[in-house]
Amino acid sequence: MKFASFTRHVGVAAMAFLVVAACGGTSGGGNASCVAKSAKSVTECGGMDALVAAAKAEGKLNIIATPPDWANYGASIDAFAAKYGIKITSANPNGSSQEEVDAIKNLAGTSSAPDVVDVGLSVALANTALFANYKVATWNDIPDSQKEATGLWWQDYGGNMGVGYDPSKIPGGSISSIQDLLGSGFKSKVALAGDPTKSNQALNGVLMASLANGGSVTDVSKGVDFFHSLKAAGNYVPIIGTAATVKAGTTPVVFEWDYLSSSHGKDVSGWKIFEPTGALLANYYTQAINKEAPHPAAARLWEEYLFSDDGQNNWLKGGARPVRQAAMEKSGKLDAAAAAKLPKVTGTPVFPTADQQTAAGTYVKAHWSSAVG
Amino acid sequence: MSLAGTPAVNTAARSARSGRLPLTWLGVAPFFVFVGLFLLLPTGIIAAGSLGDKDGHLTLSNFTELQQAYIIKSFLNSAVISIASALVGALAGALSAYAVATGNPRGTLRRIVTSASGVFAQFGGVTLVFAFLAAIGPVGLLRVLLQDHGVDIFPNGVWLYDMSGLTLIYMYFQIPLMVLVFLPALDGIRPQWREATESLGGTTWHYWRYVAGPLLAPAFLGCTLLLFANAFSAYATAAVLLTQGGVILPLQISNLFTSETGQAQPGLAKALALAMIAIVTIVMLLYTLLQRRTSRWLR
Repeated sequence: MKFASFTRHVGVAAMAFLVVAACGGTSGGGNASCVAKSAKSVTECGGMDALVAAAKAEGKLNIIATPPDWANYGASIDAFAAKYGIKITSANPNGSSQEEVDAIKNLAGTSSAPDVVDVGLSVALANTALFANYKVATWNDIPDSQKEATGLWWQDYGGNMGVGYDPSKIPGGSISSIQDLLGSGFKSKVALAGDPTKSNQALNGVLMASLANGGSVTDVSKGVDFFHSLKAAGNYVPIIGTAATVKAGTTPVVFEWDYLSSSHGKDVSGWKIFEPTGALLANYYTQAINKEAPHPAAARLWEEYLFSDDGQNNWLKGGARPVRQAAMEKSGKLDAAAAAKLPKVTGTPVFPTADQQTAAGTYVKAHWSSAVG
Repeated sequence: MSLAGTPAVNTAARSARSGRLPLTWLGVAPFFVFVGLFLLLPTGIIAAGSLGDKDGHLTLSNFTELQQAYIIKSFLNSAVISIASALVGALAGALSAYAVATGNPRGTLRRIVTSASGVFAQFGGVTLVFAFLAAIGPVGLLRVLLQDHGVDIFPNGVWLYDMSGLTLIYMYFQIPLMVLVFLPALDGIRPQWREATESLGGTTWHYWRYVAGPLLAPAFLGCTLLLFANAFSAYATAAVLLTQGGVILPLQISNLFTSETGQAQPGLAKALALAMIAIVTIVMLLYTLLQRRTSRWLR
């Protein structure tokens, strides 16, 4: 049995090698009906069946920096491998966005280069020259502000800035407004998930506080003022909220992305996340296909899977909000049980642009020390 | 005859000297290599870097930017923490050192205090902060124990994370350092001087006011300056305790070097580092001058 499986793998690998070698550098991988490397959509590839056939012929897919427990990636990896019989190599699970694009550059031309990446928006914007143009079949479900018009990148999943908290450590057991945090029951309990002068997540925490206090994405000063009041009330702790500090109980209230905050539930039973009305600040990750992907058809098939109803629901089960959530809610394809577990939100989320983030960062850098020092 | 002999003698002396010269040099070479590699070279790199902007162009803007409010603020914080921990550390350390100096010079107390000071003066950074957090941190053993008995040591927020907390923690290595550096000065005070004061009709007050005080003052001031420099340049302890915010200068420098929000300013960080080097150099020069004055009487 084992031997048979081994020979089959060798056979598939050899066949993939032959196909790739036969096509050379001119047309890319795939079979006659699907020239995956230049296909900008599944139709250009001759339909789903042709794409599946081409991907199966390649037999392999390289992904990077996607740990199985991150947004429930493991479920999609297993399901995709089982459905199409394609072997997925998941490299450097804990890598950063920058390391992902570095891998594209450093491993260029080898069979181990990443086929697709899942990166932060700023990294995607800075590296569009490395990406192929491709639009998944469900392209129209993705809001315009969350995709590049020619298909160089498109966002996949993410969430909102929230306030994660341990109900047993705060008065009343729940938070209903950001102003609650200024109360005397929150002495030395409120933390950020980083230093806002250098951490993106922490900066967005301050920005969210600004939205909740009458500021806007172009005016972060209200957030800095809010943290100044927190400090004056003795409620702010100048340490970075992490899984360790939450577990130890030194930071029972943390400003952080909701899809990351939900993981504290395994250390602190009953951990909750509060997202203030009218202050929804969103952050989504970004998918892109390597222009020189060693497995171009498998890369495109993988994207089709991730943006299918199944793929989107897998992210949802991991506590992340899939980009097609609104459309799937309408069509009734959304996993309602998983959606019910997400923190309740009201209102429309705002997406700060890269320029707005930089402007906020500059203001915070100049005023943070005097606000909380 | 004598005229003919003189050059020969001179030649011999010269050749003997030139044969020894390289060896004398070699003895101090490691020291100069060390000073060059680990003191002068980094200082040079920092000085050069402080004159460059983000694209490497020559500029003085990094030094004008030092006047920004947030940098002045962290400078003041650093100064307050360093002065407070140096003064309190110097007083407490001097008193402990005096207690030890008046005791048996070969006694157990002296041996315990000096070796313990030697260890604790170097006890900083992660281990020290962990010890404090585990004892009186927000969920520290002692804190929770006291809380269970109705005593809240943090009624208005955890002051351990404030300047006062940092000063307290710094004291843990400042006091032992003071004991170590001040003890030799106290040992230099001879009992005969006190006896002489008393035989001339002087009181204890006269002795301290006119004899021991003036003799020890330069040593005391010098050691206080050393403590100031020690606290001023400490990084790890504060970095571990306050994981975010540029509250004091060393943390501000580290903040300016790294940023994922595009706010890094390595040139400004180096200008700030250069300013710190200048301050510590002045303090250490004063320390050296005071030490020289001390050694005139006390040796």
